[in-house]
Amino acid sequence: MEIQNIVDSAENNFLNLNSGIESFPILRIQNLNVYAEKNHILKDINLEIPRNKITVLLGPSGCGKTTLLKCMNKLTDLYKELKVSGNIFIEQDDILNTKKDIPSIRQKMGLLSQRPYLLPMSIYKNVAYGVKLKGIRDKKLLHYSVEKNLKEVGLWEEVKDRLHSPATKLSIGQQQRLCLARGLAVKPRIILADEPTSALDPISSKIIENLFVELKKHYTIILVTHILRQAVRLADHVVFMYYGDIIEQGPPDELFNNPKTETLKKYLVEGN
Amino acid sequence: MNKRKQISEIVFKLISGFCAYSLIGILLFIIGIIFVKGFNALSFEMISQTPKGGYYFGGEGGFLNAIVGSLYIALGATFIAIMIGTPAALFINVHLVRYKRTQNTIRYLLDSLWGIPSIVYGAFGFTLMLLMGMNASLLAGIITVALLVTPIMTRTFDEVLQTIPKGLHEASFALGSTKTETAFKILFKQGFSGFVTAILLSFGRGIGDAASVLFTAGYTDLIPTNLDEPAATLPLAIFFQLGSPIPEVRERAFAAAAVLTILILIISITARIISKRYLKTIIK
Amino acid sequence: MIFRRIAVDKTNNVWMVASLATILALPLIIGIGLYIKSIPLLEYQSAGSLVTSSEWLPSQGKFGFWPFIYGSLYVTMISFLLSAPVCVFAAIYLTQYASKRIVNIFMPIVDILAGLPSVIYGVFGILVVVPFISKYLAPIFDVSTSGYCILAGGIVLSIMSIPYMLNIMIEVFNTVPIGIKEASLSLGATSWESIKHVVVKRSIPGVISAFGLGIAKAFGETIAVMMVVGNVLKISHNPFKGGYPLPALIANNYGEMLSIPKYDSALMFAALLLLVVILLINIVFRYLIYKTQIK
Repeated sequence: MEIQNIVDSAENNFLNLNSGIESFPILRIQNLNVYAEKNHILKDINLEIPRNKITVLLGPSGCGKTTLLKCMNKLTDLYKELKVSGNIFIEQDDILNTKKDIPSIRQKMGLLSQRPYLLPMSIYKNVAYGVKLKGIRDKKLLHYSVEKNLKEVGLWEEVKDRLHSPATKLSIGQQQRLCLARGLAVKPRIILADEPTSALDPISSKIIENLFVELKKHYTIILVTHILRQAVRLADHVVFMYYGDIIEQGPPDELFNNPKTETLKKYLVEGN
Repeated sequence: MNKRKQISEIVFKLISGFCAYSLIGILLFIIGIIFVKGFNALSFEMISQTPKGGYYFGGEGGFLNAIVGSLYIALGATFIAIMIGTPAALFINVHLVRYKRTQNTIRYLLDSLWGIPSIVYGAFGFTLMLLMGMNASLLAGIITVALLVTPIMTRTFDEVLQTIPKGLHEASFALGSTKTETAFKILFKQGFSGFVTAILLSFGRGIGDAASVLFTAGYTDLIPTNLDEPAATLPLAIFFQLGSPIPEVRERAFAAAAVLTILILIISITARIISKRYLKTIIK
Repeated sequence: MIFRRIAVDKTNNVWMVASLATILALPLIIGIGLYIKSIPLLEYQSAGSLVTSSEWLPSQGKFGFWPFIYGSLYVTMISFLLSAPVCVFAAIYLTQYASKRIVNIFMPIVDILAGLPSVIYGVFGILVVVPFISKYLAPIFDVSTSGYCILAGGIVLSIMSIPYMLNIMIEVFNTVPIGIKEASLSLGATSWESIKHVVVKRSIPGVISAFGLGIAKAFGETIAVMMVVGNVLKISHNPFKGGYPLPALIANNYGEMLSIPKYDSALMFAALLLLVVILLINIVFRYLIYKTQIK
């Protein structure tokens, strides 16, 4: 198929390009501070996210993990009470201070939320939404993208006969996979996942986790979770946060077997 | 981002902002023009005297009769609304606390009632009045306005009661209180701000409504001393005097409009301040 | 002691239930009351022909309501066309763009606007809208008018219905979960694109309901419209001519209604008509809102 060749070759170019700058961290945070009115939610965060790995942000709920994740694609704009300062480099662009347009930088990151937030439209249009925003109007190209990304998350077979029915009719596990497909369709390099399995049943959770392991070949994944076991299963790099601070970070073996700080030790004991 | 997106981003934000800020403009414009026109015409005589001979041809006197009449009607109607609305709102929130569906249905019906125009209440009040063999009077006006404000009273109070956590009811029941005691000692206290807001809102509606008293309260130059005497009202004073071809009389209508606006502003601002102050003391 | 408490409880329950039942039965009671009063007229002419006939000669026993219904529809339509877009955009601004501080300034303003008595809007109409139309607007279209006309009624009504519709719409937009907006933004939409494709689209049932309720509100509004609309009993398509809406008919003629046979019946029928139409609109659209909020 002709279109397929065009798209795939474009993708290969993109991947090659990607491998050329492998040595750079894909996402770099410097001196990030977030205040909500008088509360200091994130305290001077410095962090580098390694490429094509699963980085897990771990910590008790309310410690600022989700806020940190939202800073990364500047969704903090929606929360008018938050004051954000510092730098977050997505590859070369500092998303917090750039003059470039934010939507196209945001497209480098796909978002998966705690609950599947579907757009009020059909299954097909949910996936095509981001692609259309890029200005692609060609029907065949759109259809190819929808099919490819639904296949990638293993949803194609389940929904191919009802692509134009409302997305809300899917089960919640399917909905979350649809959200993932929707995010992948804009060809991001990073996937931001905010406790993506917290609303799902064990089987659906397992599917999502397995997908993450598959996806890290091509994408960098940043996963927020408070479930210790999930972190153990998935993490290549763990960042442990506690009340707005990064307490410890490193490879999972090191962190989980030899915690250096009391806070983490305590958390590991209680978490298990 | 391409130019078109960038432009629509800015343009639509501007349009939205403009529409919102125009509301402030409209409010200031309305109040401004009424005050300017009204205060030019207003004198102490107008708010301290009833109409004298030849008043409607530009003669001496004021519209104290209308101010007092409106206050009487609003007070009476609010009183009835309290007597019916308070228990109804408490009932929804205490006795029906476990029946979410019934609660929602009742709220939905109350909201729909809120939409009935006051002229319909007026026409019905008139029918009721004839049925009971009454004449246009203070009492008939009070009853009609009470019908109009009771749903408002109920729903406003209910809105605040709704926010009170359910644990409070259970704690009260656990201590052996009856439902009545829970309703009046616990919920009523907790929802007191809502109660006051509801009273003020009903009172404001009662003072300002014209169409419902048009048929039922009548109009008189005297201050009513009895429930079966007719009563003048401020909105109708404005309405009738504006219909006059004589400039002095029209001027007095503007003065009356300014007085009515001040009353309404005082009521709504007080309601806001009180509900804010009490909200702080409510357990959330 | 115990018995007293229980007795109080029982009495009080009766009071509570009676109160609530009275309130809820109110529309039914009003409807029945007005219907009974309009029976003399309905026996003599069917509701359908009353509504469609346009001959209004009470002294000859001819009651055609169409000119009044037409007048009501006309002012309501103008009011809707003027107020609806303002409401949508203002609601978008207040729920999507404005900070909490600004919203806190705006809400009292909307409340005060909603609380101003309709006679005040009428005075405003006479002082501002009527002269504006006769002096500035009409000359542009090369017509001469006193300013007391359908358009004046529509403009005054539109200002009155804005705070009412706006309040409902703000509530509707606020039910859109922030996560959906996040999803849209993260897919690369600009904030306006997110508002247009996601926030507004998801709120369509609610927005339509707000429109419907606003229309119902405008349809029943009496005093303010009556003060500026001219009250001329003649069907005209020209908005610069006077009109005679249904509520104004009731309010203007209560004085003489008892002196002409069936006249009182006709006015009560008009009130019944208003009640039924407005209550129906309210029931349908409130239900729609109620449904969407549950989702």
